[in-house]
Amino acid sequence: MTNTLHRYGSPESLRDDFIVFAIPSKSNREGSGPKLRAFLEIAAKHGPINMGGGGKGGFYRPSERVTPLVHWRARAAVPPSAVIEGCENPGTVAAVFDDVEKVKALLAELRQRDLGMSINVSALTEDARRAAEAAGLTRHSVEYSLGFAFGETDRMPDRLTLELATMCGHGMVAFGLVQKLCHLVKEGRRTPAEAARCLARFCTCGVFNVTRAERLLVESLALTRGPRTTKEES
Amino acid sequence: MWIDPERCVGCANCVAVCSMGAIAVDARTHRAVVNEDECVECYTCYRGMSREHLPPAVVRAIRGLARLFRFRFDPEPDVCPTGALTPRELTWPRSVRRAFSDPLVPHESTGLAGRGTEEVKTNDVTGRVKAGEAGFTVEFGRPGLGVRLRDIDRVTRALGAAGVTFEAANPVTSLMTDTKTGAIRDDILDEKVLSAIVEVKTGLARVSDVLRTLRSVSDDVSTVISVGVSARCDARGDTELDALLRADGFRFWRGKTNLGLGRPLYQEAV
Repeated sequence: MTNTLHRYGSPESLRDDFIVFAIPSKSNREGSGPKLRAFLEIAAKHGPINMGGGGKGGFYRPSERVTPLVHWRARAAVPPSAVIEGCENPGTVAAVFDDVEKVKALLAELRQRDLGMSINVSALTEDARRAAEAAGLTRHSVEYSLGFAFGETDRMPDRLTLELATMCGHGMVAFGLVQKLCHLVKEGRRTPAEAARCLARFCTCGVFNVTRAERLLVESLALTRGPRTTKEES
Repeated sequence: MWIDPERCVGCANCVAVCSMGAIAVDARTHRAVVNEDECVECYTCYRGMSREHLPPAVVRAIRGLARLFRFRFDPEPDVCPTGALTPRELTWPRSVRRAFSDPLVPHESTGLAGRGTEEVKTNDVTGRVKAGEAGFTVEFGRPGLGVRLRDIDRVTRALGAAGVTFEAANPVTSLMTDTKTGAIRDDILDEKVLSAIVEVKTGLARVSDVLRTLRSVSDDVSTVISVGVSARCDARGDTELDALLRADGFRFWRGKTNLGLGRPLYQEAV
């Protein structure tokens, strides 16, 4: 799965978006379960803003049964321990960070623990390279996103919709839902944080960056309301 | 996916949630219906929405009363009040849709879920893309458009004619009748999937050729194509790929960096 490769946005827009993930290969998949759980346990110590493994969702998940109070009460996030316990089958496990310093610390610990799983950083490639070097690692391979390069690119929606929707690379965050939540935020019916968590609930891999989503929504509000002027300027 | 008309109350929450825009509320019946030709069986609506399991008659009565007074309830956007979304058992060839669209369904050809490819993410262990080579992930349909396999077939045939090597452990390759020509089996060409990834490999010297081929054939497809290009780095972490892509006019700043911590480490023949 190319779940995190084509996140849309300029380097400035992507500045707080780092996904560190571990993945077994066919040749080392057997017995990889404990190593993948160990990865998540290590990652959890470094303050991720989201985590996922086993396809059961990240910190923000839908519920099979909710009461009507769901429309008025805030829904609780799942703790990292629940994500780790839910990681039963060998597969990709991931942790999302909004701070490069945390990534550097995580990579240093992963290097020292030597789990034997392939570890990747999905982010701005120069940031990932510098984080790796800070941890004493040289990148082995790299895959660059050329983005939505060909075909009917004129059918793509606006920038904000793309920035938010592509944070689930599997396409589970629909353009329609993003646009609906943007409207709700603009009308003051939802806060940017509530909208970000709602979008994150559709990402089954737990790689949706709620910090970036909230920031983008706040920035879009500022644009909607026009340039701010200080008292002195007015 | 099917929406049970006995349970649906026409709240329209699932309309926005659908990854393909394939759900609409029928103005005559006031029930949500799925356009089956456009639905890719991704299960986003079924899995992503929380469910209240309320009695449909009660919900309809309350909604009817609110409508009478022109009140509009402001519900959570990701809740189905009555649990009306109902998966159906899929048979061939429709089952292809789910295999490529639902990230939780393992693909038979790879054992991995969804579009299921390891790409360069395990290159430290597999040696899939070696020094002097370039790996391409050509992704169709994402974001938000979906793709008919007929469109993918047009591109894979063009790539086959350009002499590339298709990755064997890839779900799309497993659907080809001929991996030299890139021809995909006829019986599934009209199926629509949320996205699919074709993986090919060439020497670094042919990066421009492959990109040119993709550009030339992309006018014939009714979707968007996203491209990833990968390479093995040298001992300093550098790769010739950067200069090659820049020379072709591409700007790139985001990607995946494999840190080489997988074991056993693949040993390239010198």
